[in-house]
Amino acid sequence: MSRTTSDLLYLVTIVTFIVALRFLSRPDKARLGNWIGAAGMLLAIGVTLAKSEVVSYLWIFVGMGIGGGFGAVAARRVKMTAMPQMVALFNGVGGGAAALISWAEFHNRAPAPGNLKLDISLAIMLSALIGSISFAGSLVAFAKLQELVRGRPITYPGQQLGNGLVFGIAVAAGITIAAGGEEQWLMWALLALGSLFGVLFVLPIGGADMPVVISLLNAFTGIAAAATGFELENNVLIVSGALVGASGTLLTVLMGRAMNRSITNVLFGAFGQVSAGTAAAASSDGGTVRSAGAEDVAVMLAYAHKVVFVPGYGLAVAQAQHDVRQLADLLEEKGVEVSYAIHPVAGRMPGHMNVLLAEANVPYPQLKEMEEANPEFGRTDVVLVVGANDVVNPDARNNEGSPIYGMPILNVDQAQAVVVLKRSMNPGFAGIENPLFFNPKTVMLFGDAKESIDKLIEDVKGL
Amino acid sequence: MSHGQLLVFELTILVLAIFLGFEVISKVPTLLHTPLMSGTNAIHGIVIVGAILVMGAGGKDTLTWVIGFLAVILASANVVGGFVVTDRMLEMFKRRRPERAPADTDGKPPPEQ
Repeated sequence: MSRTTSDLLYLVTIVTFIVALRFLSRPDKARLGNWIGAAGMLLAIGVTLAKSEVVSYLWIFVGMGIGGGFGAVAARRVKMTAMPQMVALFNGVGGGAAALISWAEFHNRAPAPGNLKLDISLAIMLSALIGSISFAGSLVAFAKLQELVRGRPITYPGQQLGNGLVFGIAVAAGITIAAGGEEQWLMWALLALGSLFGVLFVLPIGGADMPVVISLLNAFTGIAAAATGFELENNVLIVSGALVGASGTLLTVLMGRAMNRSITNVLFGAFGQVSAGTAAAASSDGGTVRSAGAEDVAVMLAYAHKVVFVPGYGLAVAQAQHDVRQLADLLEEKGVEVSYAIHPVAGRMPGHMNVLLAEANVPYPQLKEMEEANPEFGRTDVVLVVGANDVVNPDARNNEGSPIYGMPILNVDQAQAVVVLKRSMNPGFAGIENPLFFNPKTVMLFGDAKESIDKLIEDVKGL
Repeated sequence: MSHGQLLVFELTILVLAIFLGFEVISKVPTLLHTPLMSGTNAIHGIVIVGAILVMGAGGKDTLTWVIGFLAVILASANVVGGFVVTDRMLEMFKRRRPERAPADTDGKPPPEQ
C-alpha cells in the first residue's frame, strides 16, 4: 500500500476517533460512538499490516492474541466497582508500549551517525521518558487501588529531593540523547529512571487524590503516543495522542479545581505531614460519637420527607450500589423524596460514582451535582453518607489548619440529621479526622456498608 | 516534502488537534467522565500502529524482536481492554434511558447481577 493511500485511510481513523469523542457527550449515543472508534482502530491496524514495511506477520498475530486475549478477559471479568484500577492498568500498558517503541527506534536508528535528526531524537526521548513514567506510575496506581499496597500516602524523609534527583538525571539522559548522544546505555538509563520516577511519584499520593493522578497519567500516555507519532512520522498517532492528552489535561484541571488545590499541591504537597500536625490537634478536641442501630435509622428514613444519599469510595468497596438503589426505591414507595448528592472527586476517578449508580439503574434526575445539591441540604431531613468521608468534612470549610481546607464540600451538616455508614472510626484514606462524626446531629451506623443497607431495607420493609 | 516542511506540517496538525480535543471534550458532561477517560484510554491504544511497524520490519536483531513483541502485547491489551471496558460502562448508561421514556419496549430494569 502506498504512503498516500495509507495516510488517507489513517485520516478515516482520525475522523472515527473524533466522532467517538463527540458522541460521548450524549449518553444515548456514547455507546455507538465507542464502536465507531473501535472500527476506526481496526482499520488503522489493517492499514498498518498492509504497509510494505511490514514483512513478517506470525509473531505480530501471536502478540495480538496474547495481549488482546488478556485485555478482553480482564475487561469482561472486572467488576464495575474495580473500574478505576482497570482503567489505570490499560493506561499503563499503553504508556509502556509507547516507551518500548521509542526504545526500538533508538536502538535501530542511532548507530548510523547523523541518522537521528534533532526533532526525531527529541520525540524519542520524550516518548520514552513520559511513556515509562506513565507505565510505572499507572501500575503503582493499580496496585494502590487493588489494595496490593497501602492506599495511604507513603512518605519518607528527603522524598521530594530524592524524586527531584531521579527526575533530573532522567531528563539529563534524555537531553544527551536529544543532543545527539547515541550510546545505547543512555536509553536504558532513561527508561529505568523514568520508571523509577513513575513509582516514586505516585507512591506518596493518597487514595483520595487518585482522581487527579489517574487523569494526569491518562494525559501522559496521550502525550507519549503523540511523541511516538513524531518519531514514526505518523499523523494518526499525533492526532490521537493530542486528543487524549487534551482530554486528560482537562480532566486533571477539573479535578484539581473541584478540590480547590493546584495540581502541584496534589502531586508534591506533603499531604500526610500537614494532617499529622495541626489538623489532628484542631479537630479531635473531644466530642462524643453517637452510634445507632439499623432499626432507629430505618424509622428516621421512613418518616422523613426528603432523604439525600451521599456516596463515596466506601460504596464501591462494599459494592453496595444495588442495595442503595433498592433502599431508595423502598423509601420512594413510602412517599419519601430521594436524591443522590455527588461530589466531583468522590471515589477514585472522575465520575466514578456516576458509573456505579448507573450500574444500579438509578434514574438521572435523582443524581445531583455539588452545586445543585448544596442549597437543598437546608430542607433535607436525613442525609445518608455511604462510605464518603473527606467530601463531607466540615474542616474543609472551618479549619484553616486542615490539609483539605478550602476544598468545596457537600454541606451535609446543614441537614436535620446525618447518618454515617462507616466500617469503624478509622480516618479515611487521606488520614484526616472528620468533625462531622462528632456533630450532635450525626449518628454512626457501624459495619460493612452493604450489610448495613441490607439491614435498613429489612427494617424499613417491616415498618 | 523536505524533512523541515514535514515537521512544520506535523506540528500544525498537533496544535490543531490539541485545540480540537479541548473543544470536543469540554462538552462531555460530568456524568460521563469515567467512560470518557476509559474511551480516551482505548484511543491511545493507537500506539499499536507503532508496535506493528517495529515488529513487522524485516531483518531485525533479537533485541528489537523482543521489544517489538512486548510492545505488540501491551498495545493490543490496551486496545481491546480499553474498548471493551468502555462498552461495558456505556451499556449501563444506555440501559437507564427507558426510565426517562417509559414508552420504550425494553423498559424493564435488568435483573440484579
